[in-house]
Amino acid sequence: MNDLHENSDRYLKLYNENIKRISENSAPFINSFREEAIKNFVKTGIPTRKNEAYKYTNLNPWFNHKYKSYFIPVDSDFEKAEEFSCDVEDLDTYGIVLLNGFYPTINSKLRELPGGIQIGSINEAAKVFGSTIEKHYGKYLNGNNDGLVHLNMAMAADGVFIYVPAGTTLKRPVQVVNLVQSDSDMFNQQRNLIVIEKNADFTLIICDHTLSPNKFLTNAVTEIFVGENARFDIMRVQNEHNNACKITNTFIHQERDSYVSSNNVTLHGGLVRNSTYHYLAGEGAESNSYGLFLADKWQHIDNYVNVDHAFPNCRSNQLFKGVLDEMATGAFNGRIYVHKNAQGTVAYQKNNNILLTDDAKMDTKPQLEIYADDVKCSHGATVGRLNDDALFYMQSRGISKREALLMLMFGFAHEVIRNIKVEALQERMDSLVMQRLKGELSRCAICMVKCGNI
Amino acid sequence: MLIIKDLKAAIDGKIILKGISIEVKPGEIHAIMGPNGSGKSTLAAVIAGREFVEVTEGTVTYEGKNLLEMAPEDRSKEGIFLGFQYPIEIPGVSMVNFMKTAVNEHRKHKGLEPLSASEFLKLMREKKELVEIDSKLANRSVNEGFSGGEKKKNEIFQMSMLEPKLAILDETDSGLDIDALRIVANGVNKLKRPDNAAIVITHYQRLLDYIIPDVVHVLYDGRIVKTAGKELALELEAKGYDWIKQNVEKNDLP
Repeated sequence: MNDLHENSDRYLKLYNENIKRISENSAPFINSFREEAIKNFVKTGIPTRKNEAYKYTNLNPWFNHKYKSYFIPVDSDFEKAEEFSCDVEDLDTYGIVLLNGFYPTINSKLRELPGGIQIGSINEAAKVFGSTIEKHYGKYLNGNNDGLVHLNMAMAADGVFIYVPAGTTLKRPVQVVNLVQSDSDMFNQQRNLIVIEKNADFTLIICDHTLSPNKFLTNAVTEIFVGENARFDIMRVQNEHNNACKITNTFIHQERDSYVSSNNVTLHGGLVRNSTYHYLAGEGAESNSYGLFLADKWQHIDNYVNVDHAFPNCRSNQLFKGVLDEMATGAFNGRIYVHKNAQGTVAYQKNNNILLTDDAKMDTKPQLEIYADDVKCSHGATVGRLNDDALFYMQSRGISKREALLMLMFGFAHEVIRNIKVEALQERMDSLVMQRLKGELSRCAICMVKCGNI
Repeated sequence: MLIIKDLKAAIDGKIILKGISIEVKPGEIHAIMGPNGSGKSTLAAVIAGREFVEVTEGTVTYEGKNLLEMAPEDRSKEGIFLGFQYPIEIPGVSMVNFMKTAVNEHRKHKGLEPLSASEFLKLMREKKELVEIDSKLANRSVNEGFSGGEKKKNEIFQMSMLEPKLAILDETDSGLDIDALRIVANGVNKLKRPDNAAIVITHYQRLLDYIIPDVVHVLYDGRIVKTAGKELALELEAKGYDWIKQNVEKNDLP
């Protein structure tokens, strides 16, 4: 029996042992997907490097491990989550804290914000807002056949639900903080649904943190619906410790004339795999996705981006950058698919990476599939060293080599960070990136205290 | 101020400079002219400290110190400035941040406090006017998207910010229209003081209508083949470089 079977079997067993408890606590509608999902998982299994989409990422060491898993949160968790406060100065948000994938507020699992916006537990929402969930849950996966998406569908018990009614504008962003904390190594899954109806304008910040030094594996799936002429800004900061593996699958469905900007900064994490699927499902939709990662030691960061231009006259733009130090490895796979009738498509993609050592390694694979003839598409990928000419130019003005290196790397990273529209967060990211480039640990203070030097 | 003695240098094993001796005294402007490929830019690169040029023989002494042992940033802080023939674009690094860091490194070297943000911006405004550089350029990344002329003016702007003792301008005039040329020359002339010096490397005599050199050297095939006063530049303009080449070959200079 090979590793794949053994690994997949481990999770099938987990399902069989716990599905009764999970189902008892979940909304019937969410349960209705589980049986088929586990069947699909059995067919696909945990992805291996034989799978083209995971060619450069070896999940085996992370999945082939005995984790604790729990499916019903306990009361003490609620208190831990309530204790958490974000220390980013001047960041004024509506906060939601999730612990180990659960929305742990005892009193109210859903909260109403101005304009009738609802935020809270997806499991609770499925009971209260059945019709909204039924309309959107599981609808934007587009036949995705990733074993991890199936596994999530089969077993995830909770996650974030956000509903922004038509025409609502919320100036203050909503901030979702995902915490993982446990006394033993832990596997958790999370399922999120974000519905932004037409003409709405909404900003979301997601922060991933670890609060204890155990080995963690998180498998999260998020579906996002952005209605006609709506605007959605999403910023995600991944700052878990290096003994944690984070896998995210995000599906963003955009209706006509909608605008989405997504910005993902990965600062720490042992293995991080972000798969993002943008589906432009109406004329005039625009999608901008930015990504930055800084990796050192033996970190591995993999960004997989898929943009589907299914309708005419949509625009998409991708800019992903990586800085790899020591033995770090990374991968970028960016696919632009222009459907036959998607005339007038404009699609750009750029992936630039800097290797700081001979041991660091980056695989980048741009893919353009174009079936329409009136399109404007470009892609470019680079993997290289810092520019010696630029370095010398700066030195020749009196700037020391060390400082010049820092400024060059910071400048490289800032090209992504400058697209973060929430100013306080942009400043925090700049300073965390600068600390990181100086060789310091760059964590928000609370993580430094709890996890130390991992 | 700068004494170059019998300098020989190679790039990738190929000998480019074959024994150059020049002495630049305070207050002097030297012009180095010569046809393409004669080694002018290599000489500038040696003085500024580019690593890919290997000095095989000879010495370069700057204010009594062995220049060749100094890191490029130290040369700069000691007062040497190289105006690049092809200024480098640095995406993501703003002109303001770049110059502020440079100016404050220079000040630190001199034992001065760093400039405050407002002092720095004031200095920048003054110097921008001097070189007639568009204000908007200062808010952009270093040289990114600048036109050829803007890049060259930016070199002169940086020079005026750093107030070097010895400025080396490597073909700063190439590709400039007459207005830009005048601005560049004006920048150099305003900087001139009895205690500092400049080396102007150029292919054409044109720039020397605006910057009057004290000494003109002709560099050919890695050697200084002729040194004279400013009239030499005019002679070169009238006769071209061929007569120099012929003389060199006829006399079979070492």
